[in-house]
Amino acid sequence: MPEAVPARQERLPDPPLLHLLLPKWLTARARATAQTRGKGARVAILALTGLLFWAFIFGVLARLLTYFRGVQEIGELMAGKLLGLGLLGFTSLLLLSSVITALSSFFLARDLDTLVAAPVDWLRLYGAKLLETFVASSWMVLLVSVPLFMAYGLVYDGGVGFPVIVVATMLPLIMIPVTVGTAVTLILVNVFPARRTRDILSVIAVLAAGGLVLLFRLLRPEQLARPEGFRDLVEFIALLRTPTSPFLPSEWAQQVVMGALTDKIPWLSLYLLWSTMGGVLVLGALLHRRGYPAGFSRAQESAHRQVSKWGSLARLPHRVLAPLGVLRRELLLKEIRVFFRDTTQWSQLILLGVLVVVYVYNIKFLPLRGPGITFFLVNIVPFLNLALAGFVLASIAARFIFPAVSLEGRTLWLLRSSPMCVRDLLWAKYWVGTAPLLVLALGIVGVTNHLLQVSSFMVIVSLGTITLLTLALAAMAIGFGTLFPQFETENAAQIPTSFGGLLYMMASIGVIAGVIILEARPVYSYLSAQAFGTTADPTEMVLGFGAAALLCLIVTLVPIRIALTRLEAVER
Amino acid sequence: MIALRQLTKRYGQFTAVNRVDLTVGSGELFGFLGPNGAGKTTTLRMIAGILQPTSGSIHIAGVDLLRDPVAAKAKLGFIPDRPFIYEKLTGAEFLRFVAGLYDQAGPEVEQRARELLSLFDLEEWRDELVESYSHGMRQKLIISSTFVHRPAVIVVDEPMVGLDPKAARILKDLFREYTRRGHTIIFSTHTLEVAESLCDRVAIIAQGTIRAAGTMAELRRELADGEEGLERIFLRLTGENAARNLIDVLDA
Repeated sequence: MPEAVPARQERLPDPPLLHLLLPKWLTARARATAQTRGKGARVAILALTGLLFWAFIFGVLARLLTYFRGVQEIGELMAGKLLGLGLLGFTSLLLLSSVITALSSFFLARDLDTLVAAPVDWLRLYGAKLLETFVASSWMVLLVSVPLFMAYGLVYDGGVGFPVIVVATMLPLIMIPVTVGTAVTLILVNVFPARRTRDILSVIAVLAAGGLVLLFRLLRPEQLARPEGFRDLVEFIALLRTPTSPFLPSEWAQQVVMGALTDKIPWLSLYLLWSTMGGVLVLGALLHRRGYPAGFSRAQESAHRQVSKWGSLARLPHRVLAPLGVLRRELLLKEIRVFFRDTTQWSQLILLGVLVVVYVYNIKFLPLRGPGITFFLVNIVPFLNLALAGFVLASIAARFIFPAVSLEGRTLWLLRSSPMCVRDLLWAKYWVGTAPLLVLALGIVGVTNHLLQVSSFMVIVSLGTITLLTLALAAMAIGFGTLFPQFETENAAQIPTSFGGLLYMMASIGVIAGVIILEARPVYSYLSAQAFGTTADPTEMVLGFGAAALLCLIVTLVPIRIALTRLEAVER
Repeated sequence: MIALRQLTKRYGQFTAVNRVDLTVGSGELFGFLGPNGAGKTTTLRMIAGILQPTSGSIHIAGVDLLRDPVAAKAKLGFIPDRPFIYEKLTGAEFLRFVAGLYDQAGPEVEQRARELLSLFDLEEWRDELVESYSHGMRQKLIISSTFVHRPAVIVVDEPMVGLDPKAARILKDLFREYTRRGHTIIFSTHTLEVAESLCDRVAIIAQGTIRAAGTMAELRRELADGEEGLERIFLRLTGENAARNLIDVLDA
């Protein structure tokens, strides 16, 4: 019998954490260094917009903080309170966004098959994916926090050490909600299938965000800026001194930052931040070790999604749309079905509803009655309200109509190989987006006109203008969306944040401003004539309103024409 | 039914398809073979009207695809190799939608849809969203969507990818029967046995040009000695000498 040879200790492969992140890094680098047409202009416009955004936040905050600094006793408390509220907002947003991002990075990402099948240690995988979630969900918060802390540091003379304190504070403050959000996702995936969890989460996230906005508005925070509303100063100061909640990491972070700026750093708060981060990381890792294999396995199962049958009701849309012909009817039905069955799409309508309520609520509380309020003011406000409503409509068109052509990217083979005219496709996309937008536009303007009790002239002007503007903004959304398509992006919510989306918003603002400027003169002369009992010059009226209508007409037809030519030439 | 004349497609400096002349007749089942990157998919996507040729012409059932794309496409159905379809439509809704693109609707379409779904064992899934379908099921749904509007010409890119043996067998029979009724099918494949047993004629394309075209008997007569199979002919035309010595590769 041959002598037993001792088995050679086989060294197991152990890819380091950074190796797992290498593909992400290489992809980002390749994207950054790729030479594409118009990239320089794109980067320049993005950088300029970013700088303007930073400058705006910095300017507003620096002004406010300078004012606070000048107020004895309560100025510092108010600056702290403001920071605390800001950081609380950041952590809430991070928690929501990391729950959704973790679902993608831990359970649905395309690289997971390779990573999970590879001999990768569970802790390394957790670390790599957690870092990925951290970056993906926090970059926006980090960008916004730069001008915020710059304003605090400069106004309160934070000195050279201040950025170090900020980094030491923000790192755990961001890491805590990201880790907690990831753990929440892990638990949810173990309960529901991942694809269904995504639907549930997107609705929860939007409901939570909508609830926060509504709650914040209904509290009427502007009252805080009017101390005379409180019974006495002591009550006001007492309110400011009370921490929002002593157990929230955002409160500890606020204490550290304000302490570093005014008095001395409260080391206990910093210690609490770091130790909490350590604690949640350990708990998160243990939870991952216990629940990830089963959760990942569940995530591979597809959720059965049977569509409920409504019997004869299901045929109703067919009958209603029958006069349009088979092709246009089927295109419209497809657009509507695809939209309403994608939770990530329609769920944002909830947020939209909340924002509209807040908008109308703000109009309702405008102080437009009483002494000093002239006939002019009452009628000019609804006219300017048009500009604001136009901006709201442009944002909605950017979110829902701009991505319409891009979302067709993976199925273009079917449409392009069929005898359908591109004109019909664009027609369906345009009207499915425009019809509800028009209803919303007329609703907003109609209700706000009613609340403001404006003259019938202004009602006609505002309803006519908003109708033409809606048609134009929707056409521009289709046009820009086709000129700058994002065919590879699956998430519709990401598409408006592209370069094309930015250009669309800039162009929309230009058109809204153009229409308002063209109509300003005839509106002013009509109101003057009304106020002083004279007659308005009809030539001025026709020229002003005619030019605004012509602008809207051009902006409606030209982008659709360009989109048509462009889409006909798309090769995919 | 399909006539390609001097068909060329260039991407910048790279010529993917170079002056291809090809005619596929009525009732013919035509195989399009070639190594990866030879220009098969580009050619088929040009025939389907998805890609615009740099030069040359395409006629579908006598209609110039470039001059009158809508009329030409009305006679054509396309089955791509990657089954990307609307995730949020059900199987039945997808078939109805595709028929609608060809201006077809009504009881006849419903009947065809039912029959096709049943043929490919998708009847139980007809009211499920496509997002819950497997790769193979999606492929079967796309195949069904092409037959639901009964086109005169069907262009298929890699029809067997992702299909189970039963579905592959059904598809072969369906192709045969469909062409027997006077329709035309052109398909690309890497499975030479399928091409050899199924096709009336085949063309072999390499580096964007057609190297040979004809029936199996014609190819054997012109390119091979006696009873050589399609594989030998294919390798000879597409560069078998370039194949590395396997032992060298595995020992490296």
